[in-house]
Amino acid sequence: MSEAKHERLGLERQQLQGMLQTMLTARKIDERMWLLNRAGKIPFVISCQGHEAAQVGAVTALRPDEDYLLPYYRDMGMVLHFGMTVKDLMMAGFARAEDPNSGGRQMPGHFGSKKHRIVTGSSPVTTQVPHAVGFAMAGKIKKENFVCLTSFGEGSSNQGDFHEAANFAGVHRLPVIFFCENNHYAISVPVDRQIACERVSDRASSYGMHGETIDGNDPLAVYEAVKNAADRGRDGAGPSLIETMSYRLTPHSSDDDDRSYRSRDEVDDARKKDGIVTFTEYLKTRELLTDTEEKDMHDAIQQTIDEATEAAEEAAYAEAETTLDHVYHS
Amino acid sequence: MVSPAVNTKKMTMIEGVRNAMDEMLKENEDVIILGEDIGVNGGVFRATEGLHEKYGEDRIIDTPISESGIIGNSIGLAANGFRPIAEIQFLGFIYPGFNQLMTHATRLRQRSLGRFTVPVVVRAPYGAGVKAPEIHSDSVESLFTHMPGIKVVVPSNAYDAKGLLIASIDDPDPVMFLEPLRCYRSNRTEVPDGKYTIDIGRASVLKQGDDISVFTWGAMVMDTMKAIETLEEEQNMSCEVIDLRTLYPLDKETISASVQKTGRAAIIHEAPATGGVSNDVISLINDTSFLYLRAPIQRVTGFDTPVPVYSLEQEYLPSAAKIQAAIVNAVNF
Ligand SMILES: Cc1ncc(C[n+]2csc(CCOP(=O)(O)OP(=O)(O)O)c2C)c(N)n1
Ligand SMILES: [Mg+2]
Repeated sequence: MSEAKHERLGLERQQLQGMLQTMLTARKIDERMWLLNRAGKIPFVISCQGHEAAQVGAVTALRPDEDYLLPYYRDMGMVLHFGMTVKDLMMAGFARAEDPNSGGRQMPGHFGSKKHRIVTGSSPVTTQVPHAVGFAMAGKIKKENFVCLTSFGEGSSNQGDFHEAANFAGVHRLPVIFFCENNHYAISVPVDRQIACERVSDRASSYGMHGETIDGNDPLAVYEAVKNAADRGRDGAGPSLIETMSYRLTPHSSDDDDRSYRSRDEVDDARKKDGIVTFTEYLKTRELLTDTEEKDMHDAIQQTIDEATEAAEEAAYAEAETTLDHVYHS
Repeated sequence: MVSPAVNTKKMTMIEGVRNAMDEMLKENEDVIILGEDIGVNGGVFRATEGLHEKYGEDRIIDTPISESGIIGNSIGLAANGFRPIAEIQFLGFIYPGFNQLMTHATRLRQRSLGRFTVPVVVRAPYGAGVKAPEIHSDSVESLFTHMPGIKVVVPSNAYDAKGLLIASIDDPDPVMFLEPLRCYRSNRTEVPDGKYTIDIGRASVLKQGDDISVFTWGAMVMDTMKAIETLEEEQNMSCEVIDLRTLYPLDKETISASVQKTGRAAIIHEAPATGGVSNDVISLINDTSFLYLRAPIQRVTGFDTPVPVYSLEQEYLPSAAKIQAAIVNAVNF
């Protein structure tokens, strides 16, 4: 039998299980958030569901104690790997003062943690992308060897910010990984109404960088592509544009009803290719995960989420006066 | 204006907006709409619901997420004879298109000596109080009133929304049409069938009164009316309430006539105090009616900080208590 993919990549049992665990944790937090939203406890959810494999594959190829992450709102899987906890994310969901991202000043899914090298971002799409280029430029000037991964949806790659950032990174050969999570839709608008080329990665050559499109449901394929991109970045070979193909399994957000623009058959088909399902199967058929291990993993995650939900529910909002803090230095 | 024979229907403001666009699409082939998710999906607030089926994808155009593209493209269309309506999904997302607005939409007419014109309407939902995320809730009207060359309109109910939107589409100049999110579905007014217009630049006296003139617009109209209702019940005073409806150009006659009658004024808005449109209203009163004033002009505004998310937004918004206190202050001065 030929060498399995994970062996070729040098990934071992424990690491592989860790990947699955992060993917599952993200999925289950998100599922809980929807329940809380429907119960009227949190006002807004924007999901990672369907993107976890791409996200976790990507960050597994990075060095969380060295590299920088400039994610977008779906990247629960990424920020968990970079050190954010379930409780942190629940505090953000409930907009509590203890939310380490912004003390309850932002919506859920707007990640930021200086400690964990996750650069704070905001709601207008693609605005984080030029920041990644600036972070990378700072690293180049200071002769540090980190890479910056910034992510965004395919719809967001039509903002000027994307093109300006990509061009800048290309010109200056900066170690930026432009990570496009293509899920075929920008809210209701299908990809053929968003871009005229076949793939977002086709755009890479215009900016003098490497570009490729990979299966976003396969965390190992994504790992490999991002690992190579990170190596190129550290070697001074400049930026890369990695596009992952996956599917958003939920409506765009808790305010959206996707039945007006996607058929249920299409969504059901995508569920069958869900990276969590296929990766679990990959591990099990290769005896890298036993049934008991799987069950224990699910139970442990569920318990952590229950505890985090309870803690966040009980936690307080920020005091009203604190909205006036931090607008200026003093 | 409306003749009594015309049928009317009770509508929410979002229905009034949709109805106005429907009328104008029907009447004028040059009217087209561009925006994100406005086609098949009918718009994230359903402003364009049904219009895609009715008028087709050449007139109801789903765009990529590119606000600069939406506004820039609309400028090109407008300068070439069309009457585009550009929908910005939330006002907080207009900034990528700001360059196009500031350096072109507002200036084509002047720099081409009137040869090129930009009859475009930019529609955008805005304002706090609906538990929206950060950036989605800001009230930045004064960024646009500060741009010479564009008019700024803010309806607060369905009747005004329809008449003002039709007037905006017909207007030969660019109009920023700001739709307070909190008004979309929170009240219903009678709206006549067919086409009618409300003049841009005309305020609406919602309630006559003798002791103070209260100026407001957008979602704060509802709060102000409510605050005043209890105030008048509890205390012996009579307030005049004026919905400005257009923030540029301001209705100088209505504002000054009212202040000259009551001798007192209060201005209520959601936006931060500094640079807010209240300052222009105060200047106007100062220029026209200073010697009529019997008390300092009051204002109740948001704070000089970004609008906080839902947990604290009620603390940020002018409350009934603050509005009442300001009025009492002026009247008892
Ligand atoms: C500048 C700006 N315009 C519009 C929006 C509203 N909006 C939020 S997400 C979104 C769609 C994004 O699609 P895509 O980039 O494909 O990412 P996905 O949500 O599909 O992951 C839109 C239009 C926004 N947040 N920012
Ligand atoms: Mg997308």
